[in-house]
Amino acid sequence: MGHQGKQGSGRRLARNDRLVRLALLVVAFSAVSVLLVITVFIVGQGTPIMFKYGLKSFLTGTSWYPSEKLFGLWPMIVGSLFVTAGALVIGVPFGLACAIVLTEFSSRRVRRVIKPVIELLAGIPSVVYGFMGVVILVPFIRETFGGPGLSVLAASIILGIMILPTIISISVDSLQAIPPSYREGSVALGATKWQTVKMVLLPAARSGIVASIILGMGRAIGETMAVIMIAGNAASVPRSILDPVRTLTSNIALEMGYAAGEHRQALFATGVILFVIIMVLNTVANVTASRMKGTKR
Amino acid sequence: MRLDPRTGQAIARIVLWTLTIITVAILVFIIVFILRRGLPVLSLEFLTKNPVDMGKAGGIFPTVVGTVVLTAGAILIATPLGVGTAIYLTEYTWGGPLTRIIRFGAECLAGIPSIIFGLFGFILFVTKLKFGWSILSGSLTLAFMILPTIIRTSEEAIKSVPPVYRTVSFSLGSTKWQTVTRVVLPSALPGIVTGIILSVGRSIGETAVVIFTAGSALRLPTSIFSSSRTMSVHFYILAREGISMRNAYGTAAILIIAILGINVLTYYLMNRFIKKYS
Repeated sequence: MGHQGKQGSGRRLARNDRLVRLALLVVAFSAVSVLLVITVFIVGQGTPIMFKYGLKSFLTGTSWYPSEKLFGLWPMIVGSLFVTAGALVIGVPFGLACAIVLTEFSSRRVRRVIKPVIELLAGIPSVVYGFMGVVILVPFIRETFGGPGLSVLAASIILGIMILPTIISISVDSLQAIPPSYREGSVALGATKWQTVKMVLLPAARSGIVASIILGMGRAIGETMAVIMIAGNAASVPRSILDPVRTLTSNIALEMGYAAGEHRQALFATGVILFVIIMVLNTVANVTASRMKGTKR
Repeated sequence: MRLDPRTGQAIARIVLWTLTIITVAILVFIIVFILRRGLPVLSLEFLTKNPVDMGKAGGIFPTVVGTVVLTAGAILIATPLGVGTAIYLTEYTWGGPLTRIIRFGAECLAGIPSIIFGLFGFILFVTKLKFGWSILSGSLTLAFMILPTIIRTSEEAIKSVPPVYRTVSFSLGSTKWQTVTRVVLPSALPGIVTGIILSVGRSIGETAVVIFTAGSALRLPTSIFSSSRTMSVHFYILAREGISMRNAYGTAAILIIAILGINVLTYYLMNRFIKKYS
């Protein structure tokens, strides 16, 4: 009897296990489903108006006057590209330097201090970065270089700082993933540490570093609140780095509060363009990063 | 003329260290700057009193409540989904196209900017499902935003549990699910908690999502359908509309203290977790 009971409960457990597996599979698709639903909603809300007024006038039109049904996004596209490029100019050298120092030029004790500090940079809310831009950087730029201060330059510097944690953490990972034999071989040939970094380690970690830069780009393009506070938000193509600028993200956030009808749809269209840019960047970063894994092992 | 390698090394070392020290200095500067101006504002009353005159005077009590409730909601929704996904990815499949799709989905979701989440939450929860600007809409949208973080950290935590634990559990006659719930998850708990705490940090600091989905009402929320303002949103509005710099610094100081606390806590948990398995 007892033996039979045990078998019965064993079968029940096996059946429960199958149920659990099914339930987990459903749960595991949550992230994919969320991604799909977001895509459907943003694209569904944003594309009709793009086709109504023509994709070309949307992308290349230079006037954004929603009240007069002029929905040219060109200034915002250029704006996003400018501040992102500026952010990379600042973020990449600093980020790579930190990553190299953390993996190659520091003792364990020093690393134990620097690493959490850099992780902390990632935790600071973007409104706080924006605020620091407003109270420190913008007045400084206004007094030193002239212009309104709220500018491409201010946004680039703050975004450059904000993308540091992304660049550093992924670059550190890819530098650490290089087998020790690379370093040993290079040093055995008489190379200095810097020569090893320059000629062996950086080329070996290339795809990881590229992926980190692309993901940093994605963060810079997607950042909203900090940029709104410091970029000046004028919907025109900037002529110099001291001119104010409006990005795709700011365009959405600034006007969403009161937009209605076609104006609101045009903001969703802005979202579609942003979404497409981000998805392309993500996919490229993903492919580059997985190529790195492929060559390593 | 070729540079002597040793000179090159010395120059490189100085340049790299300078850049690194500047980076660290920027962070220290931000924290000191905010705390020096914000800490004098802080008091128990600041945290527990209602704001007066849109935040010009008084405290920030409703925004503290709003932050806690919204964040708790997001964590409650995202944790089961994220940990479940992680369990499935680590314990129930071994590669294959299905896992690759799930991973790709999670990674893409991690890269989506918060303003897109905000737009999405606004159109789906606030307007289509008619939840309005509410704690419910805000928590759901935030949950989606932090889902990839929870998946990734839980996955890493579960993966670092030594395989031997599972083998022993199976050899004692446990089923897979028993092994997962009684052996793997307890061992991976500190790692999973670390991910949850990191997500708390992201939710507290988030502004764009919250403004579009939970609104910015400065009243104390009464139900999950009330609109609510978080500390980050409050700080943004105080600073941007120039309502009160003094209270803006106070609110920012609390945000910074919360983030510092969260980072110290995760660092401590991580170190304990790593020590346990190495």
